[in-house]
Amino acid sequence: MSNTKKYWKGIEELQETPEFLNQKQNEFAEELPVDKFLGDDKLVNTNTNRRDFLKVLGFSVTAASLAACETPVRKAIPYLNKPEEITPGVANYYASSYWDGQDFASVVVKTREARPIKIDGNELCSITNGGSTARVQASVLSLYDSNRLRKPQMNGKEAEWSAVDKEVKSKLEAIAQRGGNIRIFTSTIISPSIKAAVAEFTIAYPTTQVVTYDAVSLKAIADAHLASHGKAMIPTYQFDKADFVLGIGCDFLTNWLSPVEYARQYASKRKLSKDKKEMSRHVQIESLLSLTGSNADKRVALKPSQLGLAAISIYNKLTGSSISTAATDKDNAIAEVAKELASYKGKALVVCGINDPAIQQVVNAINTYLGAYGNTINTDVIDYTRQGNDAAVANLVSEMNAGSVDALIIHGTNPVYSLANGDAFKTALSKVDLSISLSDVADETASACKIIAPNSHFLESWSDANPRTGHYTLGQPVINPLGSTREALASLLNWAGNTTNAHDYIAKYWEVMLYATSAEIAGFSTFWNKTLNAGLLVKSTEIVTNSVPTVTPAPSSTPVVSDIKPVADLSAAGSSIVSSAKSAKGIEVVIYEKTGLGWGAQANNPWLQELPDPVTKVTWDNYVLMNPDEMREKGFNVLMGQEQLSDTVDVTIGTKKLSLPAVAQPGLPKGVVAIAVGYGRTAAGKTANGIGANAFSLVGTSGGYYQFNVSGASISGSTGKYNIAATQTHHTMMGRQIVKETTLEEYKKDSKAGNEDLLLATNLKNIGKDGKAKPQELDLWQNFEYKNHFWNMAIDLNSCIGCGSCVVSCTAENNVPVVGKDEVRRSREMHWMRIDRYFTSSMNEEVAEKEGVGAIDKFLKMEVPSTDDSLEVVFQPVMCQHCNQAPCETVCPVLATTHSLEGLNQMTYNRCIGTRYCANNCPYKVRRFNWFRYNENEAFDFNMYDDMGKMVLNPDVTVRSRGVMEKCSMCVQRIQAGKLSAKKKSERPADGSIKTACQQACPTNAITFGDFNDQNSAVRKAWNDERKYQLLEEVGTQPSVYYLTKVRNKPATTKA
Amino acid sequence: MSHQSASVREPLILGEKTYHQITEDIAKPIEGKANNLFKILFTISALLALWGVACFAYTIGTGIGVWGLNKTVGWAWDITNFVWWVGIGHAGTLISAILLLFRQRWRMSINRSAEAMTIFAVICAALFPVMHMGRVWLAYWVLPLPNQFGSLWVNFNSPLLWDVFAISTYFTVSLVFWYTGLIPDFATIRDRQVKPKMKRIYSILSFGWSGSAKQWSRFEEVSLVLAGLSTPLVLSVHTIVSMDFATSVIPGWHTTIFPPYFVAGAVFSGFAMVLTLLIIMRKVLHLEDYITITHVESMNKIIIITGSIVGVAYLTELFVSWYSGVEYEQYAFLNRATGPYWWSYWSMMTCNVITPQLFWFKKIRKSLMATFIISIFVNIGMWFERFVIIVTSLHRDYLPSSWTMFHPTFIDIGIFLGTIGIFFTLFLLFSRTFPVIALNELKTILKSTSENPKPPHH
Repeated sequence: MSNTKKYWKGIEELQETPEFLNQKQNEFAEELPVDKFLGDDKLVNTNTNRRDFLKVLGFSVTAASLAACETPVRKAIPYLNKPEEITPGVANYYASSYWDGQDFASVVVKTREARPIKIDGNELCSITNGGSTARVQASVLSLYDSNRLRKPQMNGKEAEWSAVDKEVKSKLEAIAQRGGNIRIFTSTIISPSIKAAVAEFTIAYPTTQVVTYDAVSLKAIADAHLASHGKAMIPTYQFDKADFVLGIGCDFLTNWLSPVEYARQYASKRKLSKDKKEMSRHVQIESLLSLTGSNADKRVALKPSQLGLAAISIYNKLTGSSISTAATDKDNAIAEVAKELASYKGKALVVCGINDPAIQQVVNAINTYLGAYGNTINTDVIDYTRQGNDAAVANLVSEMNAGSVDALIIHGTNPVYSLANGDAFKTALSKVDLSISLSDVADETASACKIIAPNSHFLESWSDANPRTGHYTLGQPVINPLGSTREALASLLNWAGNTTNAHDYIAKYWEVMLYATSAEIAGFSTFWNKTLNAGLLVKSTEIVTNSVPTVTPAPSSTPVVSDIKPVADLSAAGSSIVSSAKSAKGIEVVIYEKTGLGWGAQANNPWLQELPDPVTKVTWDNYVLMNPDEMREKGFNVLMGQEQLSDTVDVTIGTKKLSLPAVAQPGLPKGVVAIAVGYGRTAAGKTANGIGANAFSLVGTSGGYYQFNVSGASISGSTGKYNIAATQTHHTMMGRQIVKETTLEEYKKDSKAGNEDLLLATNLKNIGKDGKAKPQELDLWQNFEYKNHFWNMAIDLNSCIGCGSCVVSCTAENNVPVVGKDEVRRSREMHWMRIDRYFTSSMNEEVAEKEGVGAIDKFLKMEVPSTDDSLEVVFQPVMCQHCNQAPCETVCPVLATTHSLEGLNQMTYNRCIGTRYCANNCPYKVRRFNWFRYNENEAFDFNMYDDMGKMVLNPDVTVRSRGVMEKCSMCVQRIQAGKLSAKKKSERPADGSIKTACQQACPTNAITFGDFNDQNSAVRKAWNDERKYQLLEEVGTQPSVYYLTKVRNKPATTKA
Repeated sequence: MSHQSASVREPLILGEKTYHQITEDIAKPIEGKANNLFKILFTISALLALWGVACFAYTIGTGIGVWGLNKTVGWAWDITNFVWWVGIGHAGTLISAILLLFRQRWRMSINRSAEAMTIFAVICAALFPVMHMGRVWLAYWVLPLPNQFGSLWVNFNSPLLWDVFAISTYFTVSLVFWYTGLIPDFATIRDRQVKPKMKRIYSILSFGWSGSAKQWSRFEEVSLVLAGLSTPLVLSVHTIVSMDFATSVIPGWHTTIFPPYFVAGAVFSGFAMVLTLLIIMRKVLHLEDYITITHVESMNKIIIITGSIVGVAYLTELFVSWYSGVEYEQYAFLNRATGPYWWSYWSMMTCNVITPQLFWFKKIRKSLMATFIISIFVNIGMWFERFVIIVTSLHRDYLPSSWTMFHPTFIDIGIFLGTIGIFFTLFLLFSRTFPVIALNELKTILKSTSENPKPPHH
């Protein structure tokens, strides 16, 4: 049974001795030497018990294991001594000047903790009025181009400045002593100080001559004025005084002389309001459908060889002269233009972008006849931004080839790339004993030079500029040079034996030359500080600059209108035009500059590469534009899309051949192709190298002038397939009311023309008339109440020219990632705002009804843009519409997108889990998803992967992580900053004091932003404008962004 | 439930079965060794499943960008697969719940595997709404959990949230229902096991079922209650899934007809998948006597009905889009049929509307081969239906500037095939470890509807 046996531990237990019984109570037979073990009285007194010990142990183990998988340490190093002017978190702004050898802009640079992060136009500048181009906007990123040289180079190896200076000086002295030729080969210099430095250099080395070279030359304009006005000059144009603008092959809104200014002036004549119901009329005669032509009220597409003939015809029609001409393809249309033009005497302006002095002379004659000089053309203020002399460049190359150039200093230009005979230049360069490049990257030309003395970026430099008569600007460094670079000015001075630094030299120059004539301010330092603060100085009189030994005629005395010679004889010009038109054979090629990349100086800038071309919407490439009908005839693919491969074709002129994909461009006449310059770089840097082909190689020369319209080309059949990346692959509005449009005639009759109220039929008795109600009145939801601010935006479609400055500005302001060509091809660009471009189609509801076309065919035909002159183009900037009944807000399962008390539709990146439901439900498709991690990801080797490039990021805006949705925030960081600064002054933010990035960049002031609750705000006025409409209002989203109808100045047509 | 069956009805159990024979037949796959066919199928399925898991892992590691989605088409194969799998997951519960309430005895041979299919399909379905998130590691944020993020709560307005509730409820109830039914059968298996380890496992699984009259009575009650609970769920799940689309503003999505249309489509696709599976299973597991032509025919009849409902819904959609007078709606539907994705629309129409109509012919309805082929067609067609709804509506919505195309990547395809692999892997495991037919329930109708000589009337 049960076990009753008991085993004793020992005899003590059996006997149950008192010692045993006593000890039995204790667990341990002997007392543990705990005290001894710890040996410390202090520990005895602590409260640490076993539980605490375990807690500490557990914590330590956990902490140790957590520490083992630590995240990388990021160091934020505080200032040891805080610089006086820098407060962390507060931006500083400095005025400066942008000049890339072609475009000038007076700018304001925003810096944060001494890093420039944003560039905008200087509102004090009467040229740009605060607007800027995409290139100006993007130039801040070029500062952080890691491809820029950190040190000077000698014979391909890095060298010290002292060694370079010593080498250059000794060689220059030797050359000067033996009377060898020294040449400075430069892009147009508008800096008076550099001109003075060049003069000083010339005094030191008297055999120096300057050759000025513009890659995209407009010398013909200056020379035509020499013929017609006795003075080689490029006048300034006043589009704001022109009621009629005729552009002949001239992209004056984005790529001609002073695009920001001309775009602003042009748009100012086209703004409409209750009190101003007149606008200018714009006719464009051109070959390539340029951005300017896209904005025209009427566009006549001609082959490039016939543009000169058109000018003669117009002149003949206007004046009754009979200069011999030849027939064009569209004589009737041209005659109509001439007829119209005749009625605008004194209020018309004809501009021409063709670098042919004969055509320019005819244009001058037309302008003279129309009384444009003195009215719409200002010859008192001369444009100095193009001083290149094409013939001198050719002369230089032959000098170099002959071995008669001993030293060549190349500044601000890249002739190996941009000359048609770049290879010949490179060969000639090797014959020059001392070749020095002042380029800041080892580009195609610099890498062929023996010495590179890298120029600093303009944001690292002191500079000044005199872009036109009486207009002076200063540029100041906003960051220390990121590498060991030096202003070209200082290099030239140093080699001339003057060791003054750029700042001192410019200050001295200004003190002597400009301050001396500005008696109104006492004390040079006050004058200097004031000018530096404003960035510019406008003088009514011209300052005589140091005479510079230059091949280009230096600006001299101001001509007066009475100088204008009566147009003596155009017959020579006429016959030249006719003969060159007749000699045009084969396929004609238009070589043009893209709005983003221009001539390619900033080709290595990923923002510009990813900016879609405004007209084709293609990114990251150049291509052969062709008429779509012609492409179909040749069996080329005219469609775009991820898996729609374009056909590669060879364009051959003589021995030159470019192999590029063919892209359809409605509006381009048959037999003409167009190719953009700026691509085909081989030594610009990782972003630009290997993209596209260099169209500069096709540029012709005629009579010593570069010709960007050339003929005699042949086009091969398809030689392969190529993937084009476009942000928009569907080109027409499909008969929808997206961009509302009317004609001026109808608008004058009825301000609501083209914007008739949309009424929905309902069976409700209490609403509207007969139950017909506006979509806004039919609402399931409760409206938000905006008690304080209600931020709204209005976009005037009549002012928007589609240039894309806003897109780059938004990219810069909001840390929008660049995703690269392949991702764009997959429709995954991240731009928070886009500019939709629609072509008209020759199919619409009326045509369908008239011709009895069925619904399926109708829509299929609507997808095809017109290819004749009836083609019209509209642009529409679209960003988040900040709907007041936002479809995205209701569908997010985690409330990551919500409505603010100020009417903003806001994204909380932290909360977003990335279901993309909001993007699907957005009727405007403005939401952008982070498909990958775009920052610090080597697959996206753009600025956010680059240690330098990252410095451009705006610290006020979160860099988004992978898997979250993002979109336009209406620059909420700017709103907050504006509210804060108003609050500090105990005021409400003044209307216009807060500007969104897109608004600020816009050269034409198409974008208005402000507080709807402010009764007097500009945006409230826009709301009350009868042209106002909300995009897709029938969906009932009630956007806070609204548009103003586009009005074209053309006769009323049957309603489209 | 031992009703007498009218002699005009085909018997539901063929062969002269005894109770014991039924147990033997159904326990055989569990107790016997796997044949080669099983091994081959299992290997293929498991490899596919692994491939899918690898694709999922790659997606999580790299980003949703490895799929073919873009700024315009934010959902494509992910949600297509989700809706497709959820739809497939409808048949099981419908068979076990609604048919139980309607006292359809033919459900008894098929409900077990149909329910298993439901569970596995819902598992595959649920993968997608989770995996399609850009930040899948935060997926738990869709649950209304108390949290320390401040006063953060989920958005009860969002149909996606309703989905979370609908699917999790459906999954839970289906699982419980399925398991409840399994208990007596597990007990039968337990009692037959000779290996102690297996016996132990099955005795745990059978919750100590002893087969007492009281237990049976409770079992019946619970089944009825669960059937009552499940019935509205069958309707609600796909109704709510459809609301993801119906409550949106996208033309082609914004459609009030969606809830009934989706439910009908779901039942349609669910039955098609049940047929696909059972036609194979009866062959592989030698269950021809239990899953008879009669069963197949009954299911085919449901396919005709639901297929016709779906067809009518398609036509109604077209009519309403035209009748609405809304140009976006009109274009959306015209674009489906004639736009760049016309092939998917016409695949859908052919597979879903035309092929099931062949079942009006008794010969086809009773042909296993024809049924199998048509069931595959319906599976394909229903996948295309979701693709058409999701992709063709999104790719060309309001503003033509954003119109674009969707092109799937290898990962998209890999994930889809992967879920098919997961589904079949689970189903094959099920077929070898679980009684694939509700044998105890089936025994209740042996007397009334089998080929056994009819017992004399008492």
